[in-house]
Formats: sequence, C-alpha cells, structure tokens
Amino acid sequence: MKFTWFNLMPWPDLPPDFREKHHSVWVDIPNTLFDPVRANGLYNEYMDQLEYAEACGFDGIGVNEHHQNGYGIMPSPNIIAAGLARRTSRAALCVIGNSIALYNPPIRVAEEFAMLDCISGGRLVAGFPVGTPMDTNFCYGQIPALTRDKYYEAHDLIMKAWAAEEPFAFDGKYNQLRYVNCWPKPVQQPHPPIYIPGGGSIETWDFCLDHDYNYSYLSFGGYKSGKALLDGYWDRVAARGKDDSPYRAAFAQIIAVADTDAEAEKLYADHILYFYNRCLHVYPGFADPPGYRTISTIRAGMLDQLRADAQRRFATLTWKDLIDGGFVIGGSPATVYDRMVEMIEQLRIGHVFCLFHNGDQPDWKTRHSTKLFAEKVMPRLRDLWPEYAGDDRWWVKPLASRVHADETFADARRDATVPQ
Amino acid sequence: MTAAVTSGATARVTTRRGVTSDVLVLGDPASPPLVYLHSAAGHLGGEPLLERLAARFHVVAPVWPGYSDHPGEELLEDMLDFALHGSDVVAALSLGATPHLVGHSMGGMIAAEMAALSPASYARVVLISPLGLWLDEHPVVDIFSLLPFEFPEYLFEDTAAGAALLTGGLDFDDPEAIKEFLIRNSRRLGTAGKILFPIPDRRAAKRLYRVANPALVVWGDADRLVPPVYARAWADRLPDARVAYVDGGRHMVPYERADDVAELVAAFLT
Repeated sequence: MKFTWFNLMPWPDLPPDFREKHHSVWVDIPNTLFDPVRANGLYNEYMDQLEYAEACGFDGIGVNEHHQNGYGIMPSPNIIAAGLARRTSRAALCVIGNSIALYNPPIRVAEEFAMLDCISGGRLVAGFPVGTPMDTNFCYGQIPALTRDKYYEAHDLIMKAWAAEEPFAFDGKYNQLRYVNCWPKPVQQPHPPIYIPGGGSIETWDFCLDHDYNYSYLSFGGYKSGKALLDGYWDRVAARGKDDSPYRAAFAQIIAVADTDAEAEKLYADHILYFYNRCLHVYPGFADPPGYRTISTIRAGMLDQLRADAQRRFATLTWKDLIDGGFVIGGSPATVYDRMVEMIEQLRIGHVFCLFHNGDQPDWKTRHSTKLFAEKVMPRLRDLWPEYAGDDRWWVKPLASRVHADETFADARRDATVPQ
Repeated sequence: MTAAVTSGATARVTTRRGVTSDVLVLGDPASPPLVYLHSAAGHLGGEPLLERLAARFHVVAPVWPGYSDHPGEELLEDMLDFALHGSDVVAALSLGATPHLVGHSMGGMIAAEMAALSPASYARVVLISPLGLWLDEHPVVDIFSLLPFEFPEYLFEDTAAGAALLTGGLDFDDPEAIKEFLIRNSRRLGTAGKILFPIPDRRAAKRLYRVANPALVVWGDADRLVPPVYARAWADRLPDARVAYVDGGRHMVPYERADDVAELVAAFLT
C-alpha cells in the first residue's frame, strides 16, 4: 500500500453563517473574505505540514488545483510542489494535478512538470484532471461541451512532447504550434506516472485503461458511497482484460486519528464539520453546466457530487453521520485500522490520498492525527496486497540521490531507469 | 401547452455537411418564405408566433442540431459552423424566393451571423431579443449556471405557465423521465454553449456592418434575461435597423406576446 498525505489548503476563516449569507464557496466567493497577510501564515503552515508528512514516512505528499475556491487556496499546485521539491528528499510529489485543458498552450504543463521532475530527482506523480465545472467552465471560461475534447488534445500534445526527440509541428483543433520542443524533459522515462482524477465519468475509465494510467476517485462522499463507482471501474478493468492490480486505483479519504474514538470526535469533529458545512457550500448551478457531462455518463446515472440534494445533506451532517456513512474514517488507531482495511479491501485500491487536515483544523491537531496514523496504523496496512507486492507501475522511480555537478552521475542515471 | 404544431408539418432535410434536420413548415407554400430560428430553449410546443405568421408567410423553422432526435450537433463547434449550418438548411429547403430571416434569442444571434455572411441571400431581417452582443455595464444573465427551476422567472411573465412550457409537463416523480429530461437539456444547452458560453458574444459586432438588409429589432421592454438596452446596441451597429418594443414583454415574447410580435413582424415585412 502507498499513502499520500494530501492538503487541499482550505481557507479557515469562513464565517459561521457563510452558508446562509453567501451564494457559493466556489467561483463567486467574495474575495473580501481573503486576507493576504493571513495567507502568508497559512501557505507556510500548510507546506510545513506536507514536509512533516514526509518526515512521518508517508510515501507521497499531494497537492491539487482549484480556482476561486474557499476550500482550496492553491490555483497553482506547481508553485507549492516546487517549494516542496526543495525541502523534501524522498516522498513522491503528487500533483493531482494540472487541469490541462486550461493551459494555453498546454505545453506549459509538459515544461513545468518536467522541471518539477528534474528538481525533485524523479519524484513527480503527474495528475491530469479534466477539471471540475467550477474551475474549468465557470472560472476559466472553457465551453462545457468542448472541454473533454480539448482535454484529450492537450493530453496528446503533452505526451507527444515528452516522448519526441525532435521538434514537431502540432496542428490541433485548440492548439497550433509550429515548433513543439519540450525543454526540459522529465527524469522519469518515458514519463512520470500519470494519475487521472475522476469524479464519476465513465469515459475516464476507458481513457485510463487505454493508456494504463492510474484512476483516482476523488470524492468527499467517503468510501461507502465510493464503492458503487469503484465497482463499476473494476468491472470495466475486467471487461477490458486488464490485470486487477489494486495500484491501478487511488481513493481520497478523510482520516482523523486520536487516542480513543471519543477523543477523535472531541478533537476533530468541529473542523471536519466546518469542511462539510461551509467549504462544500457550492451553488449547484456551478456544479453541472449542460454539456460538461457526457450523455452516456448521465444515462449511467452518475450524478454530480455537488447536486442540490447532496448539498442539503452536507449541511446537516453530524459526526455520527460522518463516521457511519464512511465520509470520515475517524477514531482510535485500532478503529481507524479496521475501517481502513475495510475501505482498502472493498474498493480494491493500492493508493490512498489521506486527508488529515480538514477545514479550520489547527496545525497541532493535524500533526497529532498524522503522527498517530503514521506510527500506529500505516505500518500495519502496508502488505494488504501481497499478490501485487512490488507492483510499482504507478509509482515514481526517483534518482538514488541528488546529483552534484562535481561528481559522475552514472549511478544515479542507472538507478533512475531500473524499476525498484 | 405542449400540443404539436397543428397547422403545419415537419419536413426533414439533410445538409451538404451531412447534418439531418427537422424543419417545421407552416403556411401556404405560395406565400413569401420566412425562415425562423428558435431560441436556446428550442420549440416549446404550440408555436403561437409561427402560427400567426403562417397566415401571411410560408414559414420554415429548422430544429437546431442537438434539439431533435437526430445526431449531428457534434459537427457544429463554433459560430461559423452554426451560421453555415443555418445557411445550409435554407439552401437544402429550395425555397424558390429569397426568404425573410427571423430569429429569436440564440436564433437571432445565428440569423445575424447568417445575414452578415451572405446579406443578399435574405430579404428582410428580424431579430427578436437576440443574444450576441455584450455590454459590460448590462451583463446578460448566465443561463448556464441557472438551475432548471430558476429559468421561468427570467424568461416569462407568467412563470407557472412558463415552467410548464419548459418542462413539457414532466413528471418529476419519475426518475427515468427526469434522466431523459437531463439528457435532453444537456444536449440542447450543451450545443447552445458552443456559441453562448461563457459570454454570448462571438464578435458579431465586427461583422454587422455587412447586414445591409432592412432590419427590425424587437424587444420585450421588461426582458430580464437580456436587458432591453441591447435593442439600441443592435440598432446602432446594423446599417438599416429600427427598434420596436413590446410593452411589458419578457424574453419569451414569441410565446407570451405572439399577437404583438406577429403584428410588428408582419407590418415590417409587408
């Protein structure tokens, strides 16, 4: 099992009546609520936490991209990842990811990801989300019905740019470039591991399987409601004749560990409820513009996670609802271990994106929860998939050590190309 | 409210691009031809304006790709594709005489582009509360972030009747019916989004100087979707245009003020 410590970087000062007073936490959130001086402390606190997660033994540290969003102050995850690349030395840098249809031209992503892979010595996990409607359509103005088409073109351009050894011309529908010549190139060859974060789009499954990319289901609905979707994915994997390595899939889960179950509620409930009650207050009209989801996805009944009835439910959740419904895996190390095993086995996943920082949770609680998990839970979960032990097809292949100018780097280069 | 067009028939044409389109046809084929392009809401049923115009004109009203059971909307990606498709349908109809061109809302935007591309192909032009221009100080409502139940208040004077028109009497207790409604809505507005999202302005203003045709701009002076101030903006940019307001009319004047609109249009065209 691989564990990546993820921070969404929420804004912690949304007022208690945010839901009643404001239209949406995303897209048109009043930016008078943002305090740049406060953000100086926050960005550094959140980056400190990501670095702390490496020290605790997590396999990866994770960042993502959202725009105009009160629960994610990270429009450019690459900037955060660049900082982390310098201050960490072992953990994978999971940028999940860059919304490639938004970059003009998307060759920018090929360049920046290659830079991150070089600076970090081959530790980049490259995520290519289609992007949420909030980010992609309403904040960045992409046409809903053409978003997916533009995404596929951006993907093809980036992958070709990484693979090509000579400049080439790219005459795309959305991008026309006379000289594509990716400089720099990534350390990991032929390319860093690719993760495709999906909501509930069934086209994404086939796209992942066509290219043997990791499928990452990112939801805040927890593992019990995620099971139906992952079951659909694994059915598709079988139908396509692919092996069923759990490392093909990742799942994001909110986790909260304390000494006892009661202590977990006492320490974390308010902060996690802050997240569900305030941070997920997204105006439903921003969640599903016509044309964004394909007809086959609608027909398959894949409902949007932020639809109005789900929103109403988020607003009234209690800690007990969160635990019983599997939204949150929380409690003592023993409780969390049991629930983690249940989640990992039911969803058949090899990667967990662990959300230990939630809502307005203070730094010390985040570190406390993280440390308990790392010491008392994570080691016992490592070998849940013995039949796929050592399957690193979806993981980074870093250099053995940082390369210095005054030494030969033959050894490092050799390590970089031999699977661990 | 959802009765089929009673006085007409549905023709079917396939354009040279290969898009099959249904076309509502009303009125005497010997009357002067009039091409009518519907709004982003599609033909809502009944079509009171078309029925009234059919008394004097041979009305042909293409159903836009994405708004019928035929596939083909994926072939239309941008404003030029849309304008050429409109022209292709008109060509495929072999109307005989040079038609008048009338469009409502999104249909008005497409009609304006068709006329700018080929002004000599049309006699007179009528734009009824068209989309297609943008004034920073008078933003058009973002229809793509509206929830289905929010549409009527922006579109209709009688919001209850308007809601029934928009949903076609949908049974909201039937999950399958709701799914089909969502699919239909997604196809229609997904298609419309190609020229309307995120801002319904594909730079027609640069091309309107070409529309030498006598033009009439009709606007409900209580339009809450596209503010009536846009009527003047269109008239200022069209070489030969006049404006007529429908007193108290909202955006869906072809449905709620069919008598008024038909009278204005017929007076202008005859």
